[in-house]
Amino acid sequence: MISPMKSIYNIALLVCTAVLVSSCHDTSKPNYQYMPNMYESAGYETYSESKAFKNGKEGQLPVEGTINRGYEVYEYPNTTAGLEAARASLQSPLDPASIDMDKAKELYDVYCGICHGTAGDGKGKLVTQGKFLGVPSYKDRPITIGSVFHVETYGLNSMGSYANQLNTHERWMVAAYVMKLKSE
Amino acid sequence: MKKVGNHHSISRICVFSLAILLTFSLTSIAQNPAPAPASTTAPAADAAAPAAGGDAAKGKELFNTNCAACHKLDAKSTGPALRGVASRRDKAWLYKWIHNSSELIKSGDATAVKLFAENNNAVMTAFPQLSEADIDNILAYTSEPKAEPAKVLPAAGASAGAESNGEGVSNNLILFALAVVMLMLVVMLVLVNRVLTKIAKANGVEVSTKEASMPIWKAFARNQFLVLVASIFLLLASGYYVYGYLMQIGVDQDYEPIQPIHYSHRIHAGSNGIDCKYCHSAARVSKNAGIPSLNICMNCHKNISEVSDTTATPDHSKAFYDGEIKKLYAAVGWDQSTQKYTGKTQPVKWVRIHNLPDYVYFNHSQHVTVAGVECQTCHGPVQTYEVMKQFAPLTMGWCINCHRETDVKMEGNEYYTKIHEELSKKYGVDKLTAAQMGGLECGKCHY
Ligand code: HEC
Ligand code: HEC
Ligand code: HEC
Ligand code: HEC
Ligand code: HEC
Ligand code: HEC
Ligand code: HEC
Repeated sequence: MISPMKSIYNIALLVCTAVLVSSCHDTSKPNYQYMPNMYESAGYETYSESKAFKNGKEGQLPVEGTINRGYEVYEYPNTTAGLEAARASLQSPLDPASIDMDKAKELYDVYCGICHGTAGDGKGKLVTQGKFLGVPSYKDRPITIGSVFHVETYGLNSMGSYANQLNTHERWMVAAYVMKLKSE
Repeated sequence: MKKVGNHHSISRICVFSLAILLTFSLTSIAQNPAPAPASTTAPAADAAAPAAGGDAAKGKELFNTNCAACHKLDAKSTGPALRGVASRRDKAWLYKWIHNSSELIKSGDATAVKLFAENNNAVMTAFPQLSEADIDNILAYTSEPKAEPAKVLPAAGASAGAESNGEGVSNNLILFALAVVMLMLVVMLVLVNRVLTKIAKANGVEVSTKEASMPIWKAFARNQFLVLVASIFLLLASGYYVYGYLMQIGVDQDYEPIQPIHYSHRIHAGSNGIDCKYCHSAARVSKNAGIPSLNICMNCHKNISEVSDTTATPDHSKAFYDGEIKKLYAAVGWDQSTQKYTGKTQPVKWVRIHNLPDYVYFNHSQHVTVAGVECQTCHGPVQTYEVMKQFAPLTMGWCINCHRETDVKMEGNEYYTKIHEELSKKYGVDKLTAAQMGGLECGKCHY
């Protein structure tokens, strides 16, 4: 018979190895790699840090005044007067018949529906859960397609700008969809 | 075969090790994140509003739909804090102001002009549609005394805590109980052994001594067949483990780094239902899904400066979450008291999780927009992750498997109609898989 002391040692040994084995995998650190120099290029990666630039980042803003291809000038300034001018006179360059309303609805539901509601009644999920208040129903506002485009581009008070998530064409599509919701 | 002694102690060790293994597997099961309590709509808020007449309740509704975009009760937002404004200002002045503030300012009213200047000349929307009774309701709401948070919070917090703690506690209890039972078993075995020996001695029975039986390892070493079988088994087993270890090198499945801001997908994409593409908007149109820039966060967080009490969980308190939002404000340089950007920014250094080696080309828009694959297929149930982690192994086998099994989306894909038709005819199928489209060609992914 093995003495009780010995079997206790055995058990202790088992426990210790089990603990060791189960605790050595640390998920907050990346794993080992075979040939790191094949996986990571010498060139700069998106978002990486780099000493080549003054602010230490690889991603740099374009030089001031740069415009991208297909850029269209938007002349209305980001002021109350600008909004009123857009409301009064800005018209959509898109042909209403050629707008893909399914696509517009998809975009609207992703970017606006969370606050304005998929029906445009100001009762999106953030509002009904009481996280973000004061979102108007489109029916209560004297909006025109121009003013919607203006608000999408610059934002208004506590609503932010959507110009970096939606390009000009997409903003016009969404604006058309908003006017459709208002008329329903 | 010769019978060797000591069977008992070996089987005992086996049982013990099994029990230990079981407890360990239990721990690892228990460590799976317990489903967080779905944040129910704040009962605390309802309780906080004392039933001070129908007026204030109606006023609250009006306030939330019309005014809350710019005003908070106790904190400056676009406009000043409104609690107790009725005692600060004259009623008639308030009617005029709310009906049309710009007119009042233009008329040269000293208070109005001063107020306008104090608030960076921000224009308040005119509300001609509100009747004086409506405004009275709103003012009744803003005149309510501040609800004592101390009264409501502990109750709500405690009940929420107890509720969601329940699971964690019971798991821990079970584990603890198991450990105690184990210990007791060991102690009992020792005791029983002693008693038995004593009784045996007392009865004059000679307890078999060590010398009587051969040590187990000697018996084992003499049996060549056993040795052969055992060494083959050992070789196979170690080969299996070594192979397993070598294969997982370079695979970062479950990688879960600590991020500079504790940003929770569970709260944003889960309980608040924000669409993935709201933030990762480049996934629609480009190779990268992209990490949202901080101005996208500020679309909401200009207004949301703290989380509600029901959002807090036993693991993360409200104070912790609020502190994380403060970190966001520090990074974008947003001054909460003046509601203005200070211009002092600092980058948030998010730790990149998913990262394919440089020799592989992967394109999000191809999969998300063209193939219509859900984000969750590749990234897992992200809307339940408190901390983001890598769900898929991102190995070549994983990509290839899916290309073999997944059909391409043929409808609404005019650009490819012709090639789809030709390939369907060639393979004699209605539905093409990505592999049949050429998704297994090395050059598609390696360049
Ligand atoms: C984070 C919540 C939020 C999101 C998302 C949001 N909005 Fe708004 N929106 C608001 C708020 C708040 C107001 C009220 C602003 C005010 O009048 O002060 C508003 C007002 C408006 C108005 C009325 C402006 C006027 O002239 O009175 C329009 C039109 C509008 N939003 C369109 C959109 C569109 C289109 C989108 C999607 C691209 C969108 N919103 C996304 C919160 C949001
Ligand atoms: C578009 C944003 C906006 C909305 C919506 C808004 N306000 Fe204002 N409010 C302001 C601003 C900004 C000021 C500060 C004065 C100024 O700059 O015009 C202000 C000032 C006031 C004041 C004066 C505060 C003081 O300290 O004397 C009152 C009262 C007031 N608002 C009530 C209301 C009520 C009631 C509503 C809803 C029916 C409302 N506001 C909706 C922006 C807004
Ligand atoms: C409110 C904005 C927001 C929403 C909505 C959102 N995310 Fe994220 N996501 C982020 C931020 C910020 C990070 C970087 C921090 C981190 O990794 O936790 C991130 C990181 C990620 C990553 C890891 C990126 C890496 O470093 O490899 C994946 C994958 C991801 N999100 C997928 C999703 C999916 C799928 C959804 C929809 C269920 C979603 N996200 C919704 C903001 C958002
Ligand atoms: C569409 C609106 C929206 C956007 C965009 C958004 N948030 Fe949030 N955020 C919320 C809501 C709603 C809450 C929860 C408030 C509550 O529970 O009361 C929240 C809570 C938080 C919290 C505290 C809880 C937690 O997750 O730790 C942090 C930190 C936070 N957000 C950071 C960010 C960052 C960083 C971004 C940008 C990548 C961002 N948010 C973008 C709506 C948003
Ligand atoms: C077919 C599988 C697949 C689908 C579907 C998918 N992803 Fe990815 N995702 C990946 C892979 C693979 C990577 C690693 C890419 C790399 O390292 O170049 C990645 C990386 C990311 C990253 C971090 C790196 C980057 O590209 O900026 C984010 C964020 C992300 N995905 C979000 C999303 C969101 C949001 C969706 C849904 C709209 C989505 N993904 C759909 C496979 C997928
Ligand atoms: C969820 C399943 C799924 C996973 C996982 C997946 N893919 Fe795909 N992939 C598809 C489908 C479906 C298509 C076909 C899209 C289309 O209609 O063109 C596709 C197409 C592609 C294409 C274009 C093929 C062609 O014929 O032009 C490339 C390149 C690609 N995938 C790379 C990858 C890589 C690299 C990975 C792994 C990191 C990966 N995919 C993982 C489903 C998947
Ligand atoms: C669907 C996309 C896809 C296709 C098609 C594909 N690969 Fe890969 N391959 C990958 C991915 C993703 C990895 C990276 C795996 C990792 O990081 O673990 C990889 C890795 C590899 C590696 C391993 C390099 C290393 O260091 O481990 C080799 C070798 C390789 N591929 C060769 C090929 C060959 C040869 C073909 C054509 C028969 C091919 N691949 C087709 C996606 C693909």
